[in-house]
Amino acid sequence: MMPEAALQTVLIAMLGGAIRVSTPYLFVALGETITEKSGRINLGLEGNLVLGAMVAYALSFHTGLPWLGVAGAFAAGLVLGLLHGTICSLPKVNDIAVGIALMSFGIGIAFFFGKPYIQPQAPRLEGLALGEWSSNPALRQALQINPLFFLGLVIAVALWWALANTRPGLILRMTGDSEPSARAMGVNPVRVRILATVLGGGLAGIGGSFLSLSYPGSWNEGLSSGQGLMAVALVIFARWNPLRCVWAALLFGAAGALGPALQSVGISQGYYFFNAAPYILTLFIMVASARSGVAAHAAPGELSIVK
Amino acid sequence: MKDLAAPQTRAIGLETVGMTKVFGPLVALDDVSINVAPGSFHALLGENGAGKSTLVKCILGFYQPTRGTILVNGAEARIPTPAAARDIGIGMVYQHFTLVPCLSVAENLVIARGDKAPVIDWKAEKAALTAFMDRMPFRVPLETPVSALSAGEKQKLEILKQLYLNQHFLILDEPTSVLTPGEADQVLGLLRGMTEAGEITVLMITHKFREVTAFADAVSVLRRGRQVGGGPVSEMSTDAMSRLMIGEAEVRPPEARAEGVASDLQLELTALYVDDDEGLPAVEALDLKVRGGEIVGVAGVSGNGQSELVEAITGQRPLKDGRIFINGKPFEATRRDYHGFKVFGLPEEPLRNAAVRRMTVAENIAFRAFDRPPMAGLGWWLKPAQMRRRAAELIAAYRVKTPSTETPIENLSGGNVQRAVLARELSQDVRVLIVANPCFGLDFVSVAEIRAQIVAARNRGAAVLLVSEDLDEILELSDRVAVMSGGRIVHIAPGAEADRQTIGKYMAGHA
Ligand SMILES: Nc1ncnc2c1ncn2[C@@H]1O[C@H](COP(=O)(O)OP(=O)(O)OP(=O)(O)O)[C@@H](O)[C@H]1O
Ligand SMILES: [Mg+2]
Repeated sequence: MMPEAALQTVLIAMLGGAIRVSTPYLFVALGETITEKSGRINLGLEGNLVLGAMVAYALSFHTGLPWLGVAGAFAAGLVLGLLHGTICSLPKVNDIAVGIALMSFGIGIAFFFGKPYIQPQAPRLEGLALGEWSSNPALRQALQINPLFFLGLVIAVALWWALANTRPGLILRMTGDSEPSARAMGVNPVRVRILATVLGGGLAGIGGSFLSLSYPGSWNEGLSSGQGLMAVALVIFARWNPLRCVWAALLFGAAGALGPALQSVGISQGYYFFNAAPYILTLFIMVASARSGVAAHAAPGELSIVK
Repeated sequence: MKDLAAPQTRAIGLETVGMTKVFGPLVALDDVSINVAPGSFHALLGENGAGKSTLVKCILGFYQPTRGTILVNGAEARIPTPAAARDIGIGMVYQHFTLVPCLSVAENLVIARGDKAPVIDWKAEKAALTAFMDRMPFRVPLETPVSALSAGEKQKLEILKQLYLNQHFLILDEPTSVLTPGEADQVLGLLRGMTEAGEITVLMITHKFREVTAFADAVSVLRRGRQVGGGPVSEMSTDAMSRLMIGEAEVRPPEARAEGVASDLQLELTALYVDDDEGLPAVEALDLKVRGGEIVGVAGVSGNGQSELVEAITGQRPLKDGRIFINGKPFEATRRDYHGFKVFGLPEEPLRNAAVRRMTVAENIAFRAFDRPPMAGLGWWLKPAQMRRRAAELIAAYRVKTPSTETPIENLSGGNVQRAVLARELSQDVRVLIVANPCFGLDFVSVAEIRAQIVAARNRGAAVLLVSEDLDEILELSDRVAVMSGGRIVHIAPGAEADRQTIGKYMAGHA
């Protein structure tokens, strides 16, 4: 194969891969952004992701309606979020520890109830064929974009707008930045945090439904490879800004697509190394942002890791 | 909201009847009845820990009084929460700020209004806010995030916020401690004008008699939680007020400045560069020498790099470049060097910079020595009983008002936190002393005490670097006066020759 053509193929495959792989990152990152903006960290969104994937797959299998599966995943995420939110509101409870416990809990019940769904085929969410104009089959394939990706974009823009232009948005930021000020204005920080955690959990659940209903598009126990945890790093990288979350998710997505894209042009050397790209990226981002004063400055003041 | 739909235009009158507030063993307020007439400017005086903040927090619904009632315009009012107070039209400017740092000025104002419309129409709001700012005698930039405002601007914004909320009874807790005297006069003059017009009533806590005589109509004085007197300002002398405040207690006379203190000590700051939180240069190429037996006062308008300088010397902020030498040996802000060179410090806002809020008074007082004999054996075995004993001695010696050695330090009144830290830092052999705004929010007894302590340390041969925004304090205490502006030392003069005009010009950056 000519090197130029190969490069083109890799780039197209990475574009498609970035869009596909980024979708769950995007939902989890937006969910985590809402939660952290309220001054709390939910490290357990990996649990929401896996449980959401399982619930979506099961519902789609039983009803034949994949969108009902998405709604179910959202609901499952809400419930886990509510659990996290209420437990953390008890006195002397550490949100990080609770997050890790609930992550194990979410994954555990997903595996427990998910056993029967590993074999059967459930109806999937079909992508929108946006590449019909092109004669390049690789490009057509890359532009098969799932509607959930666009839903994620819409939510990101809406969240970005709401944080600046609505009263609930301002109250959320206020609670996350200065609890005494919130109290002085008659806002109940506990309630705001529970609501934010619930909503964030729901979004992470939707991210899970993408995993099982679109890409990879089946249910098994190895479905998620830690996207829920990496999304937390991604939020720091995006400095708690929903629009930057989109770019950060695409970047993580592209990193995740690197291995398969190279393989598609026959470069299989170092396949495992390239597959590890997202994790290496996470590590670098954590190190870089830990040193960056700007990120520290943008962090909501009430976060337990910031205090 | 009620107060927006039917704006009340008249000042509110307020009366407390038999207010009592008990915190565990401590009676912070004991049967206090004050009457603030509508449209008056009422001052509340009292030494540190007298219960002033507690009284107004009860009025505001922050605390529930143990006993007693509040009458608003003559009728009994129940105020269970701060939101209830706001709805009645009572607003407060707190001793610490309640602005949200990450929100802009405009966002802070709009969110404070507490009405329910979910979507904010920024175009209309901005227009209304600009119109509102135009009516005010001072303004704050609307788009700036609050975290980027100086302390003075924040204080002005707190007051603007209450006026914006249409509150007709304003409570101010030491509103001018972070303002320059000029700014203070401007702010208080505006409020005074509004009381005379009958638009608002003001209840102000202050430690400055000058403000009481210049702006207030009436005073009430608290001592140890009890109301000990009060009346129209015109009938009371400053002397009478101070006697009511402190009773029989003695005010420490100013410490005489010993001449020609012999000391071979030298603190040297060479070419210091320090960045602020945003990574912009805050201190640039700063050189300064302080000899033993000398107080060098650094004057300057707040926000010209003084806080960053002090933080860098005390190790709270990295030095970007430059070195600190003590007697020619390099000094690093480590525990070992602090102990070895006998360096001590009183940073500003001690509750934030020099104490751990939730730890007890005894533990906070032990920070300097908890890991050395007699408070520790073998370098790691702590002896809490020793700590408590030492803390009790220092609490008595420095007259810290605290319910016990085991109270979390955050429950102490503002002035008493300051004293506790002072007790820790000044009770040993001090060679180098770094002091920043040591008298913020202190009553005159404490101010006299602390200034005397600083001069006494100098007389014993310590090198003292005093950073203060209070020019009077600088002129009173310093052997040499340095002026800091834009992150640099722009002027140095011997204290005896320093005159207010010249220094003022350098402070303003006009020289
Ligand atoms: N939440 C609390 N728990 C226990 N004790 C408290 C609490 N709040 C205040 N106190 C005590 O009540 C007393 C009065 O405190 P207050 O803050 O009202 O003093 P203040 O007159 O405002 O003093 P300052 O001029 O220093 O601000 C102090 O001795 C303080 O330690
Ligand atoms: Mg007070």
